[in-house]
Amino acid sequence: MLESRRVIIPHMFSPPKPISDQSNAADLAMSIPWILRFSIAFLTLAVSVSVIAAPFIPTDDAQVLERLRTKAADPALLELRQLRSRLADNPNDLQRATQLAQRYIEYGRAEGDPRYYGYAQAALKPWWNLSNPPASALLLRATLRQARHDFNGALADLSAILKSNPDDAQAWLTQALLQQVQADYPAAKKSCLNLLRLAPELISTSCISLVSSLSGQAEKSYQLLHRVYLQNAQASADQRLWVLTLLAEMAVRLGHDQAAEQHFKQALALGMRDVYLMAAYSDFLLDQGKAQEVVTLLQDETRADALLLRLALAEKILGKKTLAGHVDELRARFAASAARADSVHQREEARYTLHLLEQPKPALLLAEKNWGVQHEPDDARILLEAAVAAGDIKAAQPVLEWMSHNNVEDKRLSRFKKVAL
Amino acid sequence: MARVILLIALCYATLAHAHKPSDSYITLTVENEHIAGQWDIALRDLDYAIGLDANNDGSITWGELRAKHSEIAAYALPHLQISSSGKNCASQVQAHLVDQHSDGVYAIMRFSVECPTPPQALEVNYSLFAELDPQHKGLLNLQYQGSTRTAIFGVDQPTQRFELTQLNPWRQFLDFITEGVWHIWKGFDHILFLLALLLPAVLSRSAGRWSAVADFRGAFWNVLKIVTAFTVAHSITLSLAALSIIELPSRLVETTIAASIIVGAANNIYPVIHNRLWMVAFAFGLIHGFGFASVLADLHLPQNTLLRSLVGFNVGVELGQLAIVALFLPLAYWLRGTQLYQRYILVAGSLAIAIVATIWMAERLFEFKVLPV
Repeated sequence: MLESRRVIIPHMFSPPKPISDQSNAADLAMSIPWILRFSIAFLTLAVSVSVIAAPFIPTDDAQVLERLRTKAADPALLELRQLRSRLADNPNDLQRATQLAQRYIEYGRAEGDPRYYGYAQAALKPWWNLSNPPASALLLRATLRQARHDFNGALADLSAILKSNPDDAQAWLTQALLQQVQADYPAAKKSCLNLLRLAPELISTSCISLVSSLSGQAEKSYQLLHRVYLQNAQASADQRLWVLTLLAEMAVRLGHDQAAEQHFKQALALGMRDVYLMAAYSDFLLDQGKAQEVVTLLQDETRADALLLRLALAEKILGKKTLAGHVDELRARFAASAARADSVHQREEARYTLHLLEQPKPALLLAEKNWGVQHEPDDARILLEAAVAAGDIKAAQPVLEWMSHNNVEDKRLSRFKKVAL
Repeated sequence: MARVILLIALCYATLAHAHKPSDSYITLTVENEHIAGQWDIALRDLDYAIGLDANNDGSITWGELRAKHSEIAAYALPHLQISSSGKNCASQVQAHLVDQHSDGVYAIMRFSVECPTPPQALEVNYSLFAELDPQHKGLLNLQYQGSTRTAIFGVDQPTQRFELTQLNPWRQFLDFITEGVWHIWKGFDHILFLLALLLPAVLSRSAGRWSAVADFRGAFWNVLKIVTAFTVAHSITLSLAALSIIELPSRLVETTIAASIIVGAANNIYPVIHNRLWMVAFAFGLIHGFGFASVLADLHLPQNTLLRSLVGFNVGVELGQLAIVALFLPLAYWLRGTQLYQRYILVAGSLAIAIVATIWMAERLFEFKVLPV
């Protein structure tokens, strides 16, 4: 479309040749062709650019319409297919069903594709609507409810599990992290303490450090977790990925930028694809003024909304030409999610609205709604930013209260707090 | 303990998903006992349900999809039950197409639904993928006599009922007239363009000087010619656009409209065309018609009453225009002989119009905002 605009502008600006005012006849003779030429050119152009996106019938059988995966053969998908057909033989087999659901959730999480959460729910169908399902099904139901931001539903499931089995480490951990998202730090800490007797040291320390670092003991928690991490070099790759991401985020909040950079790089070096990690690292780079590095990291990651958002933010700073297309893409995705009445994306949508659309008031509304659901430092930050940009300091009050009530230490938030006060 | 480690990853649920969850999109357009339908279903979902990737290479080609068309129809249509007054309506696929959505390519089924009687109310039952993906949603867009209703279907809400109440066609016609009037009044760019052309209409030019026209009849004819030419031109392009014969990107149209105002205003300051202003009105009226059309598109024109709405909107635009002329002409005619009019209103006014239009053009061209309108 840009091309066509360049075509028409010369028509608009080529001034008609100066014509002597004395001669009306000459005036007419010269001006009519100009107008006619213009009209014809305009209509021709109008017809030539009238091809817009609409349903179509491809002409070539070999035309590729959709790529389902990056690799031709994905062993994980193959395994999922086998598990699925095994379950189809006996849909009421709890062990098969939970195994498949768990694999679906892991795959969906790695790919960032919520379809797999739906497939997981389908595998659990015989138990999904029971009032008292077996613990293994209940745990997965809690996880899926959490993914849909039904935090209270998830917490109810977890407390049902823990009531019948106080030794379910996974349930304690999931519950702790949920309580952390809701900023209920005392309850989260209690949940974490149960892990001391049920889970490996690295897991329980991670849980406790995460919660303490948000409630007044940021430096001590970071040092503790770092020490325990170094003592547990034999931990599995996904444990290390989790702990390194936690360490990086704690270091960011403390303003230990060099350490944060190091933890992020160590986590990335594990070579496990992780959308959350890439998003957190990109945010860190953006704060460091390293937008170009974000573009390098994310230029092929346009499928994930969270990453596309960071890419667009970096492109905006750098004044890249690709920005407009990416903003349009994000707009379409948020519109699609609004059409299905989804609110899972409010944090991202608030950032998009504030920084890319530059509309502080609608951004503030989104950030406030998001704060009503979750209370993590990133949620606090977008609410502060939007409140300051909209000149509505009162809207920042809930975040300021959260910070002072819990002694939250976060260098990025303190900066905004000063502006807000 | 192994399980604990495994599910750590699941605890980060607060981040936006990479992909949109699964949705399908249905449009139903009700016209008496016929319903025209379009159903957009993601290829990824169809592949999961019935398998589209025949050679299992990870990508779906048009050939692979085409081979499955009848299977797709047989799979999907029973999951969309439409009934009217308790009697089932019969659906039949008319065409298979594809389209690009924000999250990938979708198979498009165009189908027709025949109901035994013209429906007073429609009951829609949606169960696509309910067994495979309970988080899947069906997003319905129901169009009836120019009004659009939307609904979300899912496992928790598989059946919904829609009352189809008759709209008064005159009421609808009047609504579009009102929209037309409002649009010309709120669309400052159309008013400014018209004013730029009308300013010299009460004058005539000879030997490089402006002079007042002798009588009201002369001024009236000038105005009539300009307004008529503008009307005819924008009616042509508005109709072409509304009937989807020509569609232009709105940024191009809006930028060109701003440019047309600059040209019109500049022509008053350095006159090049003064006897045949109606031709300018005609040429640029073509562009303004596309501008009107984008407004009309936002109003979601009902296909079954397209002509009526189009005529209504156009009549509204004309009425709005006439009101402006009725204000302008007596005032301009009265002032036409004065220095004030010939020097200041015409020249300085045109300069002001050109400046405003230049800012508009820059705004639209480079997508920023300075002016409040």
